[in-house]
Amino acid sequence: MFELIIISTLNGVLFGMLLFLMASGLTVIFSMLGVLNFAHSSFYMLGAFFGFQLSRWVGFWPALVIAPALAGLLGAAVERYGLRNAHKNGHVAELLFTFGFAFAIEEVVQMIWGKSPMDYRVPASLDFPAFTVFSTNYPAYKIFMLVVSVAIFAALLIAVKRTRIGLIVQAALTHPHMVGHLGHNVGRIFMLVFGFGTALAAVAGVIAGPALITQSNMASLLGPILFVVVVVGGLGSLPGAFIASLLIGLLQTFAVSMNGSLASVFGPLGPDHAFLSDIWDVTVAQIAPILPYLLMVLILMFRPMGLLGTRET
Amino acid sequence: MSDISAPLPRPRSLVAETVRFYGMWIAVAVVLVALPQIFSSGGALTTFSLIGISIIFAMSYNILLGQTGMLSFGHAVYYGLGGFLAIHGMNMLAASKASVPLPLVPLIGALAGLTFALLLGWVSTRRSGTAFAMISLGVAELVSSSALILRSFFGGEAGITTNRTKLFHIFGWSFGPQIQIYYMVAAWTLLAVIAMYALTRTPLGRMCNAVRDNPERVQFVGYDPHVIRYMAFCFAGFFAGIAGGLSAINFEIANSAYLGAAQSGTALFAAYIGGIGLFIGPIVGAIFVTYLSLVLSDLTSVWQLYFGLIFISVVVFAPGGIAGLLMKHRLVVRAGMLLSVLKAYLVALVPTAAMLAGLVLAIEIIVRHTVNATGGPNINMFGMSLNSASPTVWLLSVGLVLAGYAIAHRTWAYVAHAWDHAATIAREKGYLA
Repeated sequence: MFELIIISTLNGVLFGMLLFLMASGLTVIFSMLGVLNFAHSSFYMLGAFFGFQLSRWVGFWPALVIAPALAGLLGAAVERYGLRNAHKNGHVAELLFTFGFAFAIEEVVQMIWGKSPMDYRVPASLDFPAFTVFSTNYPAYKIFMLVVSVAIFAALLIAVKRTRIGLIVQAALTHPHMVGHLGHNVGRIFMLVFGFGTALAAVAGVIAGPALITQSNMASLLGPILFVVVVVGGLGSLPGAFIASLLIGLLQTFAVSMNGSLASVFGPLGPDHAFLSDIWDVTVAQIAPILPYLLMVLILMFRPMGLLGTRET
Repeated sequence: MSDISAPLPRPRSLVAETVRFYGMWIAVAVVLVALPQIFSSGGALTTFSLIGISIIFAMSYNILLGQTGMLSFGHAVYYGLGGFLAIHGMNMLAASKASVPLPLVPLIGALAGLTFALLLGWVSTRRSGTAFAMISLGVAELVSSSALILRSFFGGEAGITTNRTKLFHIFGWSFGPQIQIYYMVAAWTLLAVIAMYALTRTPLGRMCNAVRDNPERVQFVGYDPHVIRYMAFCFAGFFAGIAGGLSAINFEIANSAYLGAAQSGTALFAAYIGGIGLFIGPIVGAIFVTYLSLVLSDLTSVWQLYFGLIFISVVVFAPGGIAGLLMKHRLVVRAGMLLSVLKAYLVALVPTAAMLAGLVLAIEIIVRHTVNATGGPNINMFGMSLNSASPTVWLLSVGLVLAGYAIAHRTWAYVAHAWDHAATIAREKGYLA
């Protein structure tokens, strides 16, 4: 039991930090540009596929740097040549543009790499157990993922709180027009933020690729959860996104490792009806995929703004 | 943009207006009855049935997006649940030998869609704008994931099936042949479209538009935007349920794909490509999208990519959709400037088409070298057989794209110029821009 709690906590925090790598970019992009980047998880997927391809050509470590850079450049280009053109047609058009883009990316990835999972392996230098808890070996690669995401988180925190760029970004979160009036090139800031945010998502993709499955549906599997994180945390709130990421990471990881069901608790009282016995027999692990959405519905009922949100739309 | 000094359209007599209005609906009905006489093949009838279902679905979606300004990514929930309930309803009716004929079954779907919209809508419509879009996506994921857990009701991956001919036969119609299904779908489509048109003319329909345009003002005049969004959502769910029920009858199966994100995307694509700003837009879009997906999926394995690209181009270049684009030309036609605009179009058409052909060729070459490598190196395109392995063909595609873009870029400027000129003349003649 104790073993399960330690492993699940580690995995949960890891998944949460990965979510936050993406949610932070999404939140900053949303706050500054006012557009929900539907294609954010597509950049995560591109990161994983670029990482896979580059690690075959040049090895994992260069890929860890090059793949996010490529994805970030693509992101910046999308903002500059796509989103900015769609912007004149309003926010709905922008959102739909990113929606169509996400759709097209998935098709392109399928076209190039096919639909089956890639053989994206953990680099040999990290392929050993880091430590053993009771009888479970915890892989070093997961520790590496945790270290990378925490390091990026710390660097972001310092960058946002202590540097001039961070100051401008912070100001643009709440008063984008004022920042423009103060003479900053808002267009260029937007492009940079978009590129940087998508690069962060790609970092998450590169490091998560070997541990999870690198497949052409990974974006559409993760995208909705990412939106749940942003809604639960509160639209446009970075601390909220952080809390929600960890919350959902832990929630899902713990749920997956539990096997209890209503039937196992109240065994003999089970109903006869087929439909009810479906609900009766389902295990906590089986409902793990829908838990984030249930959490979202509950949050919306009791706190429509999200945990730390202040904005209405 | 209204200009007080602009001349009002000549008032037509009330009788003429009425005749015109009802005449249009009657003409549509006549066309729907006559269609199978002209295109009587089985494939055509299936296509018409699919288009009819798609029209209802896309129009129900437009109650949300076009009329109330709610961008939903989860409209398929109500379509799918309508379909599932319709299948269960048909199985029950067949088992109990109740004297309920098949054409009433879509009502089961409609009521199912309405019920679930009533249940899920209150939470979903609590917020508008981007938050609503995300919430609709979350709710859709919740329902479609639950569908895989509740196996006895949703039938797991395989779905559940039915037999539509087992129901009570009315007028000796068994509803086995596709032609009978076509007539049923056509009748329901006409009914649903008329009902949705009527809805836009009610005070509720007007308040929906007000909520879309300025929710704050709506509060000032004493309405709660949340309640209006909720009511619009329920109506949208109701009509989506009809579409789902018809689809269940047409395919005699319902599976979890009915509820999925791809199905929601279809409604969004159809409504937006057709044009969300006009009542007729989603109809145009549904016909276009359904027909195109049938044709393209025969031609190429990456048809969905083309679909995405078409959608992106519509979003960026023609946010009014096909219908909006056509309506823009009414002004030009009235000003008698259509010819000069058309001439500019013709000039731009050649390089633009060359560029697009190059792009399509490039995509098909990549497909041949990656996923579809077993199909041999030759691409059949535009009636030619091109060898995807030869560098000449690669150069051709790159050349077409680059040269096409270089020339097309200039011709677009020419088109824009011709448009401006036509619009200026139209304005001078007193037609509003």
